[in-house]
Amino acid sequence: MAVQTQSTRTPAPILKLARANVWESRNLLGLVFMLPAASLLLLFLTYPLGLGLWLGLTDQKIDGSGGFIGLGNFISLAKDSVFLLSIFNTLLYTVVASIIKFGLGLYLALLLNNRMPFKAMIRAIVLLPFVVPTVLSAIAFWWIYDAQFSIISWVLVKWGLIDRYIDFLGQPWNARWAVIAANIWRGIPFVAITLLAGLQTIPPSLYEAATLDGATPWQRFWYITLPVLSPIIAVVMTFSVLFTFTDFQLIYVITRGGPLNATHLMATLSFQRAITGGQLGEGAAIANAMIPFLLVAILFSYFGLQRRKWQHGGRD
Amino acid sequence: MAAKTAQLEGMDYLASTPRRVVTLWLPLSIFIFVLLFPFYWMTVTSFKPDIELYDYSHYNPLWVVHPTLQHIHKLLFETDYPSWILNTILISVASTFLSLFCSVCAAYAIERLRFTGSAYVGMCIFLAYLVPPSILFIPLATMVFQFGMFDSDWALILTYPTFLIPFCTWLLMGYFRSIPYELEECALIDGASRLQILIKITLPLAIPGLISAGIFAFTLSWNEFIYALTFISSSENKTVPVGVITELVEGDVYHWGSLMAGALLGSVPVVILYSFFVEHYVSSLTGAVKE
Repeated sequence: MAVQTQSTRTPAPILKLARANVWESRNLLGLVFMLPAASLLLLFLTYPLGLGLWLGLTDQKIDGSGGFIGLGNFISLAKDSVFLLSIFNTLLYTVVASIIKFGLGLYLALLLNNRMPFKAMIRAIVLLPFVVPTVLSAIAFWWIYDAQFSIISWVLVKWGLIDRYIDFLGQPWNARWAVIAANIWRGIPFVAITLLAGLQTIPPSLYEAATLDGATPWQRFWYITLPVLSPIIAVVMTFSVLFTFTDFQLIYVITRGGPLNATHLMATLSFQRAITGGQLGEGAAIANAMIPFLLVAILFSYFGLQRRKWQHGGRD
Repeated sequence: MAAKTAQLEGMDYLASTPRRVVTLWLPLSIFIFVLLFPFYWMTVTSFKPDIELYDYSHYNPLWVVHPTLQHIHKLLFETDYPSWILNTILISVASTFLSLFCSVCAAYAIERLRFTGSAYVGMCIFLAYLVPPSILFIPLATMVFQFGMFDSDWALILTYPTFLIPFCTWLLMGYFRSIPYELEECALIDGASRLQILIKITLPLAIPGLISAGIFAFTLSWNEFIYALTFISSSENKTVPVGVITELVEGDVYHWGSLMAGALLGSVPVVILYSFFVEHYVSSLTGAVKE
């Protein structure tokens, strides 16, 4: 640090020197700079993560009673048909919604990658569903899916395509497809805009060279766009899968897990058991059951990133 | 110049106008229609009087014949809506600034001080970003209760940084990396301390990154739901998303007009903020994924 300041005014040289050493040392200074973030994250993220794993092994109630019961929660959950149904629902929800989000999102990204007027504005509009609070747009979907006043049913009846209003949220499978559609609606912008950023880094000369060699548009997409984009696709889809798998808001607002638990996801079931029902331990066990699935998704992302490093010649 | 335009345009000139209408404008307008329709429906519903709202045979539901402010009036003067808005603003601003402060320090330490093990800390920060609130809310609820923060703003201001700090730090690390090292070396030689370098050189250069991270963090905390739903119980302490869904739904009678007005009013502030900073928002969204 300041050699000059030290020599000009030094009331207590030794103290000053000691302090200078503190500010000079990378490790100590690094520790000081990390302190605010690290203390918040350790206290409110790492510790609760551990506490959650512990709670999953107890039968703690919301009033504080209960104690360690080992794997008791998991043993009773394995026989719990609602829990098993929620795993099925979560997997169905995640797989179907992620695949469609990826397909439509990539298609939208390719469309947006064209040269066109008002491009910036169109991009800004496309991202709106992602910006607006999910709960509030989910309320709009709840209203769109209303049994009596659904605008979709009204239009379809008007066009003569159906005779009776569709009971979107009253039938198990209707409700499943309805919440999946709402999730897709919300997820497409994220996938499209992030993939668009990746598309914009592909140099047009690659396509020109391929065209000169006689490649069809489909071949250009399959042999240039997809391979170059694949590392970003891996990361984007990992995030997408992660957020879809742990989704809570859409279900809580639109169906609350009903009808007949047909749309309960693991996250909503864990909320219902832990907070509404007061069985903290059981709820935590359900939440913990999501962790293995999430680890698979993160490993997937990790290998996606590895491939990216390799493509960039091992930089950083 | 000519080469540059050719590069920008790529091979688009090969497509004729009718072809572009079918392959570009038609699918694009379908996408935009579907993505925007819920907002249109939300807006139309919030300005409809109750007679039009529940009578599709005499009135076309897609249009408002006699616009009314009754739903918004009811929301503002007969419910706690104004205090939900104030709470949401207070909590979002406070948690955003808290997270920005922590993230700037952390990102600078990881990216520039390069203390022993900084690479691993950076990796941990990224992993922390992948921990979803859905598996943290139960243990956090017990902690919030033990700390006596239940049903107070502090419960949210202190827990929102758990998902904001990892995101902001990760984003700012990218920005700090793009600032040339030489600038800092010059300042070091001139006798500046690390703190002076951070405040006078690195931060001013990273302002676009700070705005991006701040805007994104603000919208994330505005949208947050599960923590606010779990940690807050009294009506006047709720945030907008939680208040609308828990307080405006009374039994089996849904007042769709005021529900939609509540959703609309709760979305407008975020959308306005977003419209001013679209570029920053997009760069933070894509930046977090690209790194």
